[in-house]
Order: sequence, then C-alpha cells, then structure tokens
Amino acid sequence: MRYSGLRVIKEALTGHRGWKPAWRNPEPQKDYDFVIIGAGGHGLATAYYLARHYGKKRIAVLEKGWIGGGNVGRNTTIVRSNYLLDGNEPFYEYSLKLWEGLEQELNYNAMVSQRGILNLIHNDAQRDAFIRRGNAMILNGADAEMLSVDQIRREYPFLNFDNARFPITGGLAQRRGGTVRHDAVAWGYARAADSLGVDIIQNCEVTGFRIENGTCKGVETARGFIGAGKVASCVAGSSSHLMAKANMRLPIESTVLQAFVSEGLKPVMPGVLTFGAGHFYCSQSDKGGLVFGGDPDRYNTYAQRGNLPAIEDVCESGMALVPAIGRARLLRIWGGNVDMSMDGSPIIDRTDIGGLYFNGGWCYGGFKATPASGMCYAHLLATDTPHEVAQAYRFDRFRRGNMIDEKGMGPQPNAH
Amino acid sequence: MIIHHPLLGPRDAQEFTFLGAATLIERPDWQAEDAQEQFHDYLHLRDNPAGEHRELWFHETGDRSWLVVTRNTLTHEITNVEMARDVARQKGRSK
Repeated sequence: MRYSGLRVIKEALTGHRGWKPAWRNPEPQKDYDFVIIGAGGHGLATAYYLARHYGKKRIAVLEKGWIGGGNVGRNTTIVRSNYLLDGNEPFYEYSLKLWEGLEQELNYNAMVSQRGILNLIHNDAQRDAFIRRGNAMILNGADAEMLSVDQIRREYPFLNFDNARFPITGGLAQRRGGTVRHDAVAWGYARAADSLGVDIIQNCEVTGFRIENGTCKGVETARGFIGAGKVASCVAGSSSHLMAKANMRLPIESTVLQAFVSEGLKPVMPGVLTFGAGHFYCSQSDKGGLVFGGDPDRYNTYAQRGNLPAIEDVCESGMALVPAIGRARLLRIWGGNVDMSMDGSPIIDRTDIGGLYFNGGWCYGGFKATPASGMCYAHLLATDTPHEVAQAYRFDRFRRGNMIDEKGMGPQPNAH
Repeated sequence: MIIHHPLLGPRDAQEFTFLGAATLIERPDWQAEDAQEQFHDYLHLRDNPAGEHRELWFHETGDRSWLVVTRNTLTHEITNVEMARDVARQKGRSK
C-alpha cells in the first residue's frame, strides 16, 4: 500500500478501516541466500538495499526482540557529515545524501529535518582545527561554514557567550545536518524491505553459527536452524557477544551511552548544537523536548543503563553552555549499548570464516550512518568487494597500522 | 558504583579511571618469534564478555594504585577487587 495525501483523506472519510500492517510476520523458511542478524536500522537498511539496489532475493532479517528495539530507538537522532579523515568523510557525506532522498525512496515519512548542526569554538586552537575540518568537508563535497559570534548570537541568543573559562568565539556550521525521527527509520526500511519480499523474523535470537570446514552454513536460532548462503552480523552493541559464538575476538569493547529528554517546551533550539569545551550536544524534538547527551560511561557494560556520574557530567556541561536549561525538568534518561572500536571508527568487512560477514563498531555515531552502512554492507554481501566509500572499514587496519583515529586518541576505546 | 579498595576500603568509582580488560597486564614477549602477531592481539582484540569481566581501574584521585576489579558487565555488580601488582606478581610479571 502506497502512502499519500490522497490516501490519508480517503481513510479519514472511511473510518480508517483500510490501513494494513506495514510488514508481514512470516514464519522462517528452512534456508535463505542471505541471513542478516539484527533488525535494527543498519540490518533493515542492508536488507532493503540488497533487495532493491542489488536485486537479491531470498533474504531474511533475524531479530532477537522486536524491530528497532535496540540502538536505532535509543539515539539522539542527529545526522551530519562533519568528519575530518579521508576514511570517514566520503562515507558520512554519502550517508547524508542518502538521508536527503530517503523519504521519497521509501515512501515513508521519516521526518528528515535539515535544521543544521553547529559546533561551537572556544579557543584559537579549536578554530584552527575546525577550519581544517571544514575544508576537509568541502573537499569531499559536503557543506561547511564558519560562523562569527554575531551570527551565532542571532540564531542562539540564549547561550552563555561570555563564560569566563569557555567564551564562545565562533562556530563551524553544517546547514545540511539535522535530525531524523529515529523509529520511523526502522519502520520505513522494514516496510520497504518487506514489500520487496524480505522476511523479517522477530523474536528469533541467534544462539550459534553452524560452521563446517571454515565456512558458515547457517545459524542456530531460538526457532531452529536456518540455512544461509551468506550470514551477515549487524548487531552493534552486542557484536563481541554474538561473534564469540563463532570463536572470534573483535577489536571492540561495549559501553553504554546515555541520552536525555526534557519536558516539552515551545520552540527554542533552532538546530543541533554542540559544546566545544565539554561533551554536550542538544537539539529539540518536534514534540518540544530538548534531546541531549554527552560522554559515554567509560567502562565496559552491556547493561543498557548507565550511572549517575555520567548524568551529572552531561548536565553540568549543559548548564555551562545553556544556563536556561536548568529551568527545564528532565523527563527521561535511557542508555544504549555501543560497540567502541579501538580507533573509534566502524568495521564493514568479511571475516576469516567463509560466508560470514561483519558490520559493527559504530561507537556512539551509528545512527547517522544508517543508510550508507546499509548500502555498503549490501554491496559487500552482493559483490564480495567493499563499497567505494567504505574501503577503509576493514578488520585488518589495526594489523596494517592504518587506523582511522578521528580523534587522535590511540588504541584505547574508552578514550574516544 | 562503589569499589572496595583492598587498602582504602569502599571508594566511589568516580575516584578511578578505567583502562580496560586485565589481560593488558600480560604484555607479550617482544623477542618472541611471533611478537608482531601477539602484540596485535594484545593491543587490539578483546573478549568483551557479557557477564563477569576482570578489568583494570586506576585510583587516580586516591593512592594512585592500579586495581584488578572483577565486575559483572550485565549488572555492574563487583565481586572481587585485587591489587594489580599482586596479580602481576603471581604471573611473574613484577618484582
């Protein structure tokens, strides 16, 4: 069923009796050509692009819980492509371009809102670094703009510009950045993939891999064995836990990133704002809540909940930048498990086991990557070669010494 | 989280910084035949278990000792705390 304005009017006049479920709930078949593990944003996007752009059939997406119950529903919904390094920027810019055409492609309202992202500058060294970053973005076809304090004052008059320690001295803006309704991304991809014949099988946890003579033949699941030509892991946050079942150790540690929503307010925050002197970023949802976050809790965890010190740190940073935020009550806090890779960059690659593929290590930046991650993973699965913009996201980059260390922190995941 | 420091008693985890898995104590022999491979695994690969995890915490704002903390990554429950130097000595790593 295609969604359209006409359809909404017709349904309104006929008591909304014509709407149908957006995707099927099929029983798993005995075997598939492609089995994707994890029906989050990346897994569903992979299935969709595999079917739509690479013309593949017999695809299943297996999900332990329900669609979009993991990190695609637990992030702060920001999309942007303001990266510096060659391994990253073309990938994220490609992703942003896919976001721009996503709703038309999926026939689904994902509320893509290019309200702009602004990274604040507080000292001269930061200005130099951001000018360099902005140039790198422009060289890769993205947009970037340096803003003066006066320009920022016009758009964000409520900021603490004259903080004694962290005065705001400028900003790097990407006007095409913004926010996307995160659940709608999962639902839109699920509906589009399902309509192309992809089986989305929920409540179907993968409990093991069947590996014979170094080749993966399928997966053991809570609903029995499912054979597969190619098995694609796509469970960022739990990657190590799943791949341990194939006796793989990954360059990944799991930690938790917390996110926060205030009570609903009238429109105040025009775009996405990031603090340059602490770790704090904030936007306002269409319901009016201020959505914000900061540092992850810097220790290994799979608990999907964090601790109070990280909350205190985020709130202190928020108060330093936007003193008015202290008058808003915090409504909700939640945590999502993230794969922290050794260099802070993701992995989309084959494994040493035949027919077994891996997508993970998204650290705390996986949401913005959803469309490109899906497209690049589908490309890898369909052709066995890396997509042009994901060539750097290989397992062996640590062995070769070609880390993509966007923040220059070295091989220490809790520092990124 | 409260970490029961073997010398100083219960301390807030905020006084510590976290480094990672306690396997980092077991630095490979740089003269071994396959030292390069061993160092790749040592530096970059992790077990990252969902459950009991032995890990290194540094008492940065306290006595600056390194601890090996056994903690459950699903519940955050801490079941054992040892001085890292004692653990290293048992492995013959330190004098």
